[in-house]
Amino acid sequence: MIFPCSLSVGARRYVFSSLKELMAKASPLRSGDVLAGVAAESAEERVAAQQCLADAPLAHFLEEPLIPYETDAVTRLILDTHDRAAFAPVADLTVGAFRDWLLCYETDAAALAALAPGLTPEMAAAVAKLMSNQDLILVASKCRVVTAFRNTIGLPGRLSVRLQPNHPADDAKGIAASILDGLLYGCGDAVIGINPATDSVPSMETLLRLIDELIRRYEIPTQSCVLAHVTTALEVIERGAPVDLVFQSVAGTEAANASFGVTLPLLAEARDAARSLRRGTVGENVMYFETGQGSALSANAHHGVDMQTCEARAYAVARQFEPLLVNTVVGFIGPEYLYDGKQILRAGIEDHCAAKLLGLPMGCDICYTNHAEADQNDMDNLLTLLGVAGCTYIMGVPGADDIALGYQSTSFHDSHYLRQVLGLKPAPEFEAWLEKMQIVAGGNRLLPTLPSHALLAP
Amino acid sequence: MTHLDAHPKAAFPAEDSRNDRPANPNPFPCPTRDPWEALRRRTFARIALGRAGGSQRTASVLEFRLAHARARDAVHARFEAEAIAAQFAESGLATERLAAAVSDRPTFLMRPDLGRRLAEASRETLRRRALEWGARDLVILVSDGHSANAALRHAAPTIVPLANTLRAEGWTLYPILLIPFARVKLQDEVGALLHARHALMFLGERPGLSASDSLGAYFTWRPDPACTDADRNCVSNIRAEGTPPAAAARKLAWLLLESARLGIGGVALKDDQIPAALPAQTESASLPGIDEENRRDFAVDPS
Repeated sequence: MIFPCSLSVGARRYVFSSLKELMAKASPLRSGDVLAGVAAESAEERVAAQQCLADAPLAHFLEEPLIPYETDAVTRLILDTHDRAAFAPVADLTVGAFRDWLLCYETDAAALAALAPGLTPEMAAAVAKLMSNQDLILVASKCRVVTAFRNTIGLPGRLSVRLQPNHPADDAKGIAASILDGLLYGCGDAVIGINPATDSVPSMETLLRLIDELIRRYEIPTQSCVLAHVTTALEVIERGAPVDLVFQSVAGTEAANASFGVTLPLLAEARDAARSLRRGTVGENVMYFETGQGSALSANAHHGVDMQTCEARAYAVARQFEPLLVNTVVGFIGPEYLYDGKQILRAGIEDHCAAKLLGLPMGCDICYTNHAEADQNDMDNLLTLLGVAGCTYIMGVPGADDIALGYQSTSFHDSHYLRQVLGLKPAPEFEAWLEKMQIVAGGNRLLPTLPSHALLAP
Repeated sequence: MTHLDAHPKAAFPAEDSRNDRPANPNPFPCPTRDPWEALRRRTFARIALGRAGGSQRTASVLEFRLAHARARDAVHARFEAEAIAAQFAESGLATERLAAAVSDRPTFLMRPDLGRRLAEASRETLRRRALEWGARDLVILVSDGHSANAALRHAAPTIVPLANTLRAEGWTLYPILLIPFARVKLQDEVGALLHARHALMFLGERPGLSASDSLGAYFTWRPDPACTDADRNCVSNIRAEGTPPAAAARKLAWLLLESARLGIGGVALKDDQIPAALPAQTESASLPGIDEENRRDFAVDPS
């Protein structure tokens, strides 16, 4: 494929000077790409770009990096770890033909798992741009990604929940109250994960010991995480704190990761340090990553690459470290990046599908802020679509209202809605614990709670 | 026998009085309340909401919807420049109305870059006024930002005592500039155009579910378009239940006087020496990414 490429639509001729420009203009409309000045200038130009992109050979993505190999460590990671043998089944396809291939009956979970190491993030991003919402849901639902630490995440027919008991002052009693609330609502199998108000060694240690004590006291088959910076986690590991999972926000360019204060070697060091503690009982996936469209742009580190493609590149960073959990925080970024419920919804299912294609245990923080044109009904819609798509896990926040981060996500109740309507169950080890504790019966029905319940004992 | 076997009316006292009925024959324990409601004392998170099946009860759904509706109304409320000007006029403070490079709410929300610049006509106006006014110590700007109610309720009650304190210390002030749809960084262009020593911007913070009228205050010493958020100092959450306006005025006066005395601002200006008479719990850090509000790494309240 040779750039500039062009396409005539009626009297207009559209010219795209590079693969980077073509990718950006083929992206469904979102405010962040407009803000960055990379979006198509008209609806017609957008479809013209999609038509050109459909004709682009997948192999071309290996020849024309969107961000130069020499200047970006994420590009080097993507190209250096690309598995040509795994790529072989689709090596001769165009992006458009690849979409058809993904939708074929014969393309099943095994074929998709085998393909994952042969796909680059840009290929996944490109095909997602051509896909309708139902394509993104269908293809993602065919992917199977299973990870494990103290329980097994991502099995068919399962939906896990991160229990997110945040408190604006990191108050131990307040956090413990929210944890109990979540556990009694059958949530917390993905992780009990706190966003600390203060990113410091002492507060991280205190919070880790709080969750660890709960997990040991009630023998809960789950894992803990305090979502402090990776360097803070390394320090508390050094001090002997009970670290299950190491968290880090990651992005799709070296410069954006630098703005988060992380490099690839630092992430490798953190993974090795967490693994050395050998705290997992059924697996050793020890990393937890969060991503989100717009993070590279907001750090002015996007190199003119569109938001969705930058986001997919973050998944190359994540998969290098074999995480237990990855989720996009889709609507947290605000209306200058994703304007309304429609844009948030599209981004959520794009991110989920691209990540699953790349072999990640992908969940989603289905969320919005008060200045976005969105409400809880938009979240219901995305929640339902992601449930159908086989999303690995969602957030469980008391009443969907995160009082520390000041945004709205999904509630414990929301997970029961989804489990009821789609017949989904928690991770098997956690399900057994919920039944033993008489919190849940039959996988997804909450039992009446007695005031004398063990979790309510003083 | 559990609490759930109780008569539904007994299980749902005052809170659900709207559903009051003489007798409810429904034998099923639905909706149910959670026996750990006492834990609510420990956090204002929405815990122990009870449930109907596995879903939220009507009362908690409507409560949440009301909180969100108020936040949405706050985001979209009109900046009441006339009313705010009248509040200042009562205290003898002059105002001047200007415009940022954006004049409607959707564009303001989608194009933060435009809210950081003056409209061309306002830039010309300000250039002319700068000659009339001459160089002074402090320019104060007031905008709706993400909450017009915050500006209407808390700007004048904070600024009037602050202006009095600073004037008593010999400071000269420009007329107060009222500018709808502004972002924090607009203070840099305005301050530089006027050759003001300090620029202080008040604007509504992004509404949360529990508070939709929090006002934020940000200042720069020697404002210049090259200033970054590291050059700013901030007092946030100005409202009766947060940092009350009078306390915010005292704190800002102290910070501004220190900034002038030491000839520094931003991260270099620490508030750890702040007199004990001032409220210690208010935030006044120079925050990372004030306008880049969306990085989850920094849970800053944006402007």
